[in-house]
Amino acid sequence: MSKNSILIVLLILIIGGGTYYYLEKQKKDDVVKVGMITTLSGGGSGLGIDVRDGFLLAVKDNKNIQVLVKDDQRKPDIAVQLADKMTQSDKVDVLTGIIWSNLAMAVVPAAVNQDIVYLSPNAGPSALAGKGCHKNYFNVAWQNDNLHEAAGGYANSAGYKNTFILAPNYPAGKDALTGYKRFFKGNLAGELYTKLGQKDYAAEIAQIRASGADSIFFFLPGGMGIGFMKQYAQSGIDLPVVGPAFSFDQGILKAVGDAALGVKNTSQWSKDLDNEANKKFVSEFKSTYGRLPSLYASQGYDTGMLLLSALRNSSISDKDGFRNALKVADFSSTRGKFKFASNQHPIQDIYVREVIKEGDILTNKIVSIGLKDRSNAYVDACSLK
Amino acid sequence: MTISLFIEQILNGLQFGVMLFLMSAGLTLVFGVMGLINLAHGSFYMIGAFAAALFAELTGSFLIAMIASFVAALFAGALTELIIIRKIYKRDHLDQVLATFALILLFSEGIRWIFGAYPLYLDIPNSLSSSFNLPFEIIYSKYRMMIILVGIIIAIILYFLISKTLIGIRIKAGQNDREMIGALGVDVTKLYTIVFSLGAALAGLAGALIGAIQSVEVGMGEPVLILAFVVIVIGGIGSIKGAFVGALLVGITDTMGRFLLPSFFSYFFDNASATSIGSSIASMSIYILMATVLIFKPSGLYGVKK
Repeated sequence: MSKNSILIVLLILIIGGGTYYYLEKQKKDDVVKVGMITTLSGGGSGLGIDVRDGFLLAVKDNKNIQVLVKDDQRKPDIAVQLADKMTQSDKVDVLTGIIWSNLAMAVVPAAVNQDIVYLSPNAGPSALAGKGCHKNYFNVAWQNDNLHEAAGGYANSAGYKNTFILAPNYPAGKDALTGYKRFFKGNLAGELYTKLGQKDYAAEIAQIRASGADSIFFFLPGGMGIGFMKQYAQSGIDLPVVGPAFSFDQGILKAVGDAALGVKNTSQWSKDLDNEANKKFVSEFKSTYGRLPSLYASQGYDTGMLLLSALRNSSISDKDGFRNALKVADFSSTRGKFKFASNQHPIQDIYVREVIKEGDILTNKIVSIGLKDRSNAYVDACSLK
Repeated sequence: MTISLFIEQILNGLQFGVMLFLMSAGLTLVFGVMGLINLAHGSFYMIGAFAAALFAELTGSFLIAMIASFVAALFAGALTELIIIRKIYKRDHLDQVLATFALILLFSEGIRWIFGAYPLYLDIPNSLSSSFNLPFEIIYSKYRMMIILVGIIIAIILYFLISKTLIGIRIKAGQNDREMIGALGVDVTKLYTIVFSLGAALAGLAGALIGAIQSVEVGMGEPVLILAFVVIVIGGIGSIKGAFVGALLVGITDTMGRFLLPSFFSYFFDNASATSIGSSIASMSIYILMATVLIFKPSGLYGVKK
């Protein structure tokens, strides 16, 4: 082989290698890194697992999205550590996943100030909806007050005049009772804050019995609600109960048992919502994970779908374009109609559902619309337009 | 406020108290006899509840479920003692706290791995799901009444076990002078295994009894564990009698605090802030009780001065 031909081969190799390297690098630039911080262990992990599974189901066919999932153990300090690591060493473009409002308050303000886009699949504290709103913060689920407002509205239409209300003594609990009272027009037979994490409600139920109420509204998420409903059913009081979907959702209903049958609860989503996106979501979720989806799963899925829609219409390297594309919310939500208010929280219908039995399985069906096109009470306090 | 509501709340306090007693009996013995701080005691409460939920699902019998909870926690306790706990008796308290904290993580994630992250279903039997109508128009749940009875019966059995039987005498002797009873030919390691597993079994039974009216989920034991520590500090470490009195005090203080404080503050504030302030102070009430007891009796109500 002559000297020349060796040179030519070398040249081809160099050019080829260079082009290959360049193309690969191009490809890498298109990869969007998503950091998901959510609760996967300990109490309350059912919620995080549902959000994760819903999100991963939505983005599973997209090779350009790389999802990094980490467990916050429901502890604010751990969530902050994970967020720091994800933003600084993993260089994620988008953060998502947090379930609890107190964790969101610890992570979100710092993250959005570092120009990371945060998509909330669950927590929607009022502090992030009003003055504390941010162009990088999008809530895909609801503002915390929403479902409670719908419960208050429903109580009016059901003709309740004298309601006993209770919630745990922490910010989201206070948001809940505020939200309920914002729409409920009747009297309060009693108002109680319980200890966060309390499981025994004998003392509260005795007071409900003595109060002369004609109905009960409660917000007790997770295990707290399971205990309350079972003990309430055993107490022999049969006043109607209204609550947000959190205590009557798919992950929890099995543990509550028949005590939940017939209870009206308010939710922005339900398994039986009649639209194409939801039918596809419910059947794919069932076949992939072998269980019925919960409202948390639907929120995770919608978060994924929103992200996909924004990436279709813009590029992650152009932050302004990306944010605009997110704000347009050009995706078919499992909830049907979905758009963002100016403070980047959803405007959506909130439904009233009833707990029913399908065969042996407890689940929900929609009975009416509680609030139509509900935005939130904090829009005017937010400076975003 | 009516007299019937007041009495109903006292009964609620009693029921909460006897449940705390089941939880703290084992804790106080293990702490008193072996000098071991066992943070994993709450895990046995959880194991009992999950075993009960499993067996209730398999057999449909509540009684079998309760027995299963006792047996499962007994075995879990014995295994834990044999494999891990016995190696750390001689270590200082910090090592014990670290090791038993690690056990909490192992048990919680182990349970989650087996049963999944969602709460399980366990309900009370139909025969106990209604209420009694007592005099003065008091309506009280049969199931809670049964918990009170079970708690009192177990307290009596434990009292006889500790004060009238050979093993009880050995436990008490071990509390006073560990080396001496060893020298007198008592097999101390066996004694420790028995005490530890019995305590675990009682915690398991408490978890199952309470799981039926609350929820059976991962991490359910830790909040109760904190209260159990408050109980044994108030009662005096190592004393079963102290655990019983302390548990009833804590149960009644907590329930009555939650009930009375919000209405007390409503004399001074509007309703919304009164309930918020009242319930915040109510959740401190048992710790205030503990501090008060410790001021007058630094080693607890029935504790032995060292």
